[in-house]
Amino acid sequence: MPGQSVGVVEAQRAHFDQPLNLRSGGVLPVYDLVYETYGTLNAAKSNAILVCHALSGHHHVAGHYADDPDNIGWWDNIIGPGRPLDTDKFFIVGLNNLGGCHGSTGPSSPNPATGKLWGADFPMVAVIDWVHAQARLADLLGIDTWAAVMGGSLGGMQALRWSVTYPERVRNAIVIAAAPKLSAQNIAFNDVARQAILTDPDFHGGHYYEHNTRPSRGLRLARMLGHITYLSDDQMGEKFGRDLRNEEFSYGFGVEFEVESYLRYQGDKFAGYFDANTYLLMTKALDYFDPSREDNGDLTATMARSKANFLIASFTTDWRFTPARSKEMVAALLANGRNVSYAEIDLNFGHDSFLMDDAHYHAVVEAYLRNIKL
Amino acid sequence: MTHTLGRPDFELIAGWIEPGHRVLDLGCGDGSLLRHLIDVRGVQGVGVEIDDANVLAAIKNGINVIQGNLERGLDEFADQAFDHVVLSRTLQTVRHTEGILREMLRIGREAVVSFPNFAYHKNLRAVLDGRMPVSEDLPYQWYDSPNVRFFTLLDFEDLCTKMGLIIRERHVLDEDGNIVAGEDHREVSFLGSLAVYRLTQSR
Repeated sequence: MPGQSVGVVEAQRAHFDQPLNLRSGGVLPVYDLVYETYGTLNAAKSNAILVCHALSGHHHVAGHYADDPDNIGWWDNIIGPGRPLDTDKFFIVGLNNLGGCHGSTGPSSPNPATGKLWGADFPMVAVIDWVHAQARLADLLGIDTWAAVMGGSLGGMQALRWSVTYPERVRNAIVIAAAPKLSAQNIAFNDVARQAILTDPDFHGGHYYEHNTRPSRGLRLARMLGHITYLSDDQMGEKFGRDLRNEEFSYGFGVEFEVESYLRYQGDKFAGYFDANTYLLMTKALDYFDPSREDNGDLTATMARSKANFLIASFTTDWRFTPARSKEMVAALLANGRNVSYAEIDLNFGHDSFLMDDAHYHAVVEAYLRNIKL
Repeated sequence: MTHTLGRPDFELIAGWIEPGHRVLDLGCGDGSLLRHLIDVRGVQGVGVEIDDANVLAAIKNGINVIQGNLERGLDEFADQAFDHVVLSRTLQTVRHTEGILREMLRIGREAVVSFPNFAYHKNLRAVLDGRMPVSEDLPYQWYDSPNVRFFTLLDFEDLCTKMGLIIRERHVLDEDGNIVAGEDHREVSFLGSLAVYRLTQSR
């Protein structure tokens, strides 16, 4: 990849003691957001880009930590000097969303009312709540208007939500591998994932922390299922085919096919660090996401409230959020005469393509950002 | 197809478009025509383009470009969303000729269509000499041509009649971009390398 990494970064923490009223009716009386920034905010404060994370992401978007050089940010390949999100030009902000498990207030944080961990009592958070919390972080950083809000998948949905909830504060929205709302099939996959967690005997109604255990089996299954939906059939075929770990069938239920080995490894790894309550919350936020609900399902009416210019990108092999789903957003923006460009990128990595270091994909993002006037 | 700057049909098309009009350019290439129309006419422009490199070039040009295949429909565009829908030097590459013309006039009040005229005398001469024509307006070899429909301006006008489309204006250009004038259609067809039309739906 051209350009350089941002190098050593540090996470920061912001504390907010103004209560946040949530869409679900719940209230967070106080909360913390952890975040990272890369590059320098210019004097006019006009060069800030917010990068929103997807289901299992967090604030560590780029660079690495001095004491943990192998811990590289999840979107490092697109951020840095000379990269599409050029830190010589832009000031990049990434944060961990509310309900997360990487430092921002979430189910594994203490509930100030009880002194115990929130667990299942953590209120249901929606994409719009994240956006409100992100707006308060922007206030704290002195950013009145984002040059761009961007993200892939659930991150792209936050960018879309920003553009209609705070139209004056978003000049550009970059929405990648996303959809304006989930399909029945998307929700169905999420529900199977949740059922795996909810029916794990170690779940304890979400209060597993008190039992010094965690629903690792359920979370592992949820991740294995999710992972299948992030990859393309072709890619799995190329990567694993029907390859066996040993040459012969063993006629048992152990790991035989390479694809089984891979999925189990991914599931185990994920269950080792991710919090099951956060997984439940994030998938519900996905399911509930539908800004057009405020307009009786009329996305065109919803997008009429946005003032941003849009870059929308999808991937040909993404069957989780297909190009057709991105085109729904394109159509709604076109119907409002908004500035929008749409790229349908031919990459073989399914939904996960948005994280890949592909020259054409990155050139499209770079070209779009280069034309933003600061 | 890739537009090249300074093309004579650009000026003709620009002359038909009022400041502030909404213009959709189908097969917009690197966005040169829209860039020109934005710069000289202040239009609100959108392009549709299939090719990755052209989409990237159009984004670099600061053009609103939607990546897509004209042959697969233009559902993302609402009825009568544009004042002009332009199909510049692309009609001969489209298999569903009637379909694309109907879509253009569904989406736009007016269609602007330009295409190479296969009956241009140099093309005829090439065929008489036993060769497929290669010219300024037909810049491909037979084996690498994106063109799938081969027709003349008189053929096109017959199709417009059959479809009930009204030809509001027609300009025919020779290979150097000079306007070919005249009353005799066959003579104009013989001398014209590129034809540019303004079409509307009959009412």
